[in-house]
Amino acid sequence: MVEIEVKHLSKTFEQKGITVHALQDINLNIESGDIYGIIGMSGAGKSTLVRCLNYLERPTEGEVLIEGKDLGTLNEKELREQRSDIAMIFQHFNLLMQKSVLDNICFPLQIQGVKKKEARAKARELLKTVGLEEKEKAYPAQLSGGQKQRVAIARALAANPKILLCDEATSALDPQTTASILGLLKQINEQFGITIVIITHQMSVIREICNRVAIIERGALVEDGSVTDIFNHPKSKAAKELILRDRPDTEADRKQDVLVGQLKSKRKIRIVFSDNSAFEPVIANMILKFETPVNILRADTKNVGGVAKGEMILGLPEDKHLQVDMEQYLTDCGLEIEEVTGDVE
Amino acid sequence: MWSSEVTNMIIVGIGETLYMTLVSTLLGYVLGLPMGIVLTVTDRDGIHPNAVIYKILDFVANLVRSIPFIILLVVLIPFTRLLVGKSYGPTAMIVSLVIAAAPYIARMVESSLKEVDAGVIEAARSMGASNFTIVMKVMLVEARTSLIVGATISLGTILGYSAMAGTVGGGGLGAIAIRYGYTRWQTDIMIVTVLLLIILFQIFQTVGMKLADHFDRRK
Repeated sequence: MVEIEVKHLSKTFEQKGITVHALQDINLNIESGDIYGIIGMSGAGKSTLVRCLNYLERPTEGEVLIEGKDLGTLNEKELREQRSDIAMIFQHFNLLMQKSVLDNICFPLQIQGVKKKEARAKARELLKTVGLEEKEKAYPAQLSGGQKQRVAIARALAANPKILLCDEATSALDPQTTASILGLLKQINEQFGITIVIITHQMSVIREICNRVAIIERGALVEDGSVTDIFNHPKSKAAKELILRDRPDTEADRKQDVLVGQLKSKRKIRIVFSDNSAFEPVIANMILKFETPVNILRADTKNVGGVAKGEMILGLPEDKHLQVDMEQYLTDCGLEIEEVTGDVE
Repeated sequence: MWSSEVTNMIIVGIGETLYMTLVSTLLGYVLGLPMGIVLTVTDRDGIHPNAVIYKILDFVANLVRSIPFIILLVVLIPFTRLLVGKSYGPTAMIVSLVIAAAPYIARMVESSLKEVDAGVIEAARSMGASNFTIVMKVMLVEARTSLIVGATISLGTILGYSAMAGTVGGGGLGAIAIRYGYTRWQTDIMIVTVLLLIILFQIFQTVGMKLADHFDRRK
């Protein structure tokens, strides 16, 4: 079933007489139970897009349908009621700083007029879900970033939403905390069947938990589809860039990158090993066969939706014929190959 | 010279000053708090922008605040007489004090409410909160500490205004200081009243800041 349908959505802002096209003709179908990623560089319009999904921003043109219901046809009161079905979490958590953890989680229920006792029972149950039952009396200022986001997630779940929108929810967190929050989101998706929409600029987030992804560039949707397909065969330039930039973020790795970057080569290809091809020594065999070495510019394993995928970037020899033959050889071995343009960072 | 009469007079003066200051601040908030809320809500980046309402309130607040209090006192004499029947004494002064204090308080409230993190307001909107709920349950609660600090500052300012009211027959410590210190050259009585004003101010300030601190959950 289609949970969220976006049809020809455009959004323009007027800023001091200048018209800014934040979004142009976006079309999306998000299925019930999806973990749908929307990725783009900062300023691409993804935050505006996610705010159109609950009408915090009203689209200038086009429609947003939630379970077939057009949000544009609702009046202010109906819209507020509809929003309780669409929860949202944020990069900076946006908790009430003067309220305790428990009161924060009760807040959406309070808005709906749920009785205090009932709300508190529900809030305690949710604190257990997010693993913070001992923190109910604490105030947000006493919590770490990861804990704050857990409270925000508990708060988002309080009103039994069907959809959870995550606006850069892990961007302010370190890699370990990010992993644990993503794990929690996945668990929520499976346990409660909530459709999750994730806005991010990090390909790693998409890879870890999303099943589908849309790539937004300068306000336009340039590519969408299953995460595995796009990881294996990125078509758009934006997608290729995002995948190449998807690097571990530690100091040692960065130093290594500088070294790798110096190994320049005329033609570079990116190979993705799916599970079966990883068992054969493909590269070694290729070198033996053609009796010409290739440069391995980068090699990595990545978790794509729970499946380990090998990723390698090769610098091929100068000889054009050899390049064609090698690429043919790799394709024959059942590997996904892509040409890489520009320098490998 | 220090007779029991003088002591009594000073005690009555303290009472009148407290009466004028506290009642004026309270009534000032009755007018100023809603005014400050409306200013915040209707501002361009508020939760319900309305240029007309904002500009009217903005103009009124600036107008009243640009008139020196001492002039405002004189200008308001006919209005005060109409409202409370006489134009002198502490109760009459409250009328002018409230009119002077309300816009000041409104600005204090406005600046406190504008400090509230826009993200938290957005989060409340995403949960389906109405603007009324956002004001009552988010803005006023999140700005609590800042509002208390604002009230403390307002109280101090109104204490100062109440002393000024002494010049037009307002009563209180200010009136005593002017009558004895300025008119009769009795410096000792003037010094005592000024010291008392300083002590009152310090008490207000200390209690206010302690309260603000006590209600702050951000640490």
